[in-house]
Amino acid sequence: MVSIGIDKKALGNGGSNGHPVKISVKNLDFFYGPQKALEDINMDIPANQVTAFIGPSGCGKSTFLRCFNRMNETILGTRIEGTILLDNSNLYGSDVDVVDVRRRVGMVFQKSNPFPKSIFDNVAYGLRINGLKEKRKIAEIVEKSLMDAAIWDEVKDRLHESALGLSGGQQQRLCIARALAVQPEVILMDEPASALDPIATQKIEDLIQKLKKDYTIVIVTHNMQQAARVSDLTAFFYLGKLIEVNETALLFTRPQLKQTEDYITGRFG
Amino acid sequence: MINKSVTEKIGFAVLAFCGLLVVLTLFGILWDIGYNGAAVLSWEFLTQPPREGMTLGGIFPALLGTLLVSLITVLFSVPLGMFSAIYLNEYARQGRLVRMIRLSIRNLSGVPSIVYGLFGVALFVRIFYFGASILSAGLTLGLLTLPWTITASEEALKTVPKSYRDGSLALGATKWQAIRTNVLPYAIPGMLSGAILGLARAAGETAPILFTGAAFFIPDLPRTLLDQFMALPYHLYILSTQHQDIATVRPIAYGTALVLIALVLCLNMVAVLIRYHYRKKARMAQ
Repeated sequence: MVSIGIDKKALGNGGSNGHPVKISVKNLDFFYGPQKALEDINMDIPANQVTAFIGPSGCGKSTFLRCFNRMNETILGTRIEGTILLDNSNLYGSDVDVVDVRRRVGMVFQKSNPFPKSIFDNVAYGLRINGLKEKRKIAEIVEKSLMDAAIWDEVKDRLHESALGLSGGQQQRLCIARALAVQPEVILMDEPASALDPIATQKIEDLIQKLKKDYTIVIVTHNMQQAARVSDLTAFFYLGKLIEVNETALLFTRPQLKQTEDYITGRFG
Repeated sequence: MINKSVTEKIGFAVLAFCGLLVVLTLFGILWDIGYNGAAVLSWEFLTQPPREGMTLGGIFPALLGTLLVSLITVLFSVPLGMFSAIYLNEYARQGRLVRMIRLSIRNLSGVPSIVYGLFGVALFVRIFYFGASILSAGLTLGLLTLPWTITASEEALKTVPKSYRDGSLALGATKWQAIRTNVLPYAIPGMLSGAILGLARAAGETAPILFTGAAFFIPDLPRTLLDQFMALPYHLYILSTQHQDIATVRPIAYGTALVLIALVLCLNMVAVLIRYHYRKKARMAQ
């Protein structure tokens, strides 16, 4: 396993931990207009592992996450340089259809955003826009996705009621089910539990653990305990740069840089 | 130095007086039209053509003409306005050009309606050879309402949260799929109510239809969209200023005014109902 991170200044293991590499980021720069938001990022994201991005507000971790499904392109005046390889093919290649990227790389947003439709239609949405018409097949996948997102038992009797009647935690798990339904390979989660109470958070964290068997998961979190609990690998960002990335247990117990140590021990940020 | 509370009372009285003045004027007009108009209002008045040089009979051709023209107006202005708004709000690169287009659209809503009328003559009657007709008049009124429709549609699109668009795109929807399935359904009620308000204004306009198809009097009902027509606002104008015996037809003029106002009121009510229904749904959605 080539560890690109080390020779490119980010300390730690560069993101490789013995698992096959799912996503590989090389020399990534990102700009909002003239302002550089990410600078020379190099790291690997291992398959079927949970990788957490931590760092203070505005350090670029969410921006970086949104590079993986090209969601930054919906914001006017952004520009990206460098490459992101998903299974060794460039996500930003000229022949790549952004729609395909987003089918392969699903996303769960910080603020749960169920559509004002029924629970069933929310989960079926991605299937329908991707052209699936067969009713029985849709129902099958919707049920399986809701089960995989650990919310089936709570909603099975009211599938055709509005999704907006669910609690915050349920809404977020519904959004996870919606993302699972289109069968992505990678799931990005942008602070998925930041608006939830401890019990709902616990459920999301358990779910993340369960999902990594089938998916590669990348999670942005403000909460370092959460990173420590759920992730296999943690990357620390500061001011648009990747400072250190390592196996979570190592990063939190033996950080190699003073900056990392200061952040995880709560001395700043 | 006057006592503070006295100053406040005087200020309040002035405000109340102004408000009252406006309301009283409005009610005065409505009362005058309602009282005098109701006297001639009947089923026959609505369903019969004018007779005996317009001194007897009803206003059916004018009512029908106004409804037909309004139909053309809606069919022309609503889709065009909606699609323009979708382009401006969702697709166009937000820059100087789009800002200029927006400014022009807002300015168009302030252009005097007679200018639209003359433009309609030049474009629809002459260049397109539609002649003076229901079609020409409807299209002219369509242009008149277009700024309203576009602006209302853009506002409606802006009320749909970005998270609906992003959520949809993140699931692999194309931009148009996201707009069609996850933006438009929530914007259409707002778009419609804006369009109806525009139409309510257009239905009462005289100047734009004066040269584009409205006729003084036609014995037969229009058969095609290329026929001339009678219209309520123009009929009212004729009865109150152009008729040879204005005093005799005064009651009919009042009746015509009442029907026109009722029509506009109905349209506004429909817009309010759509908006109310939509707001209630939106509130439940939170």
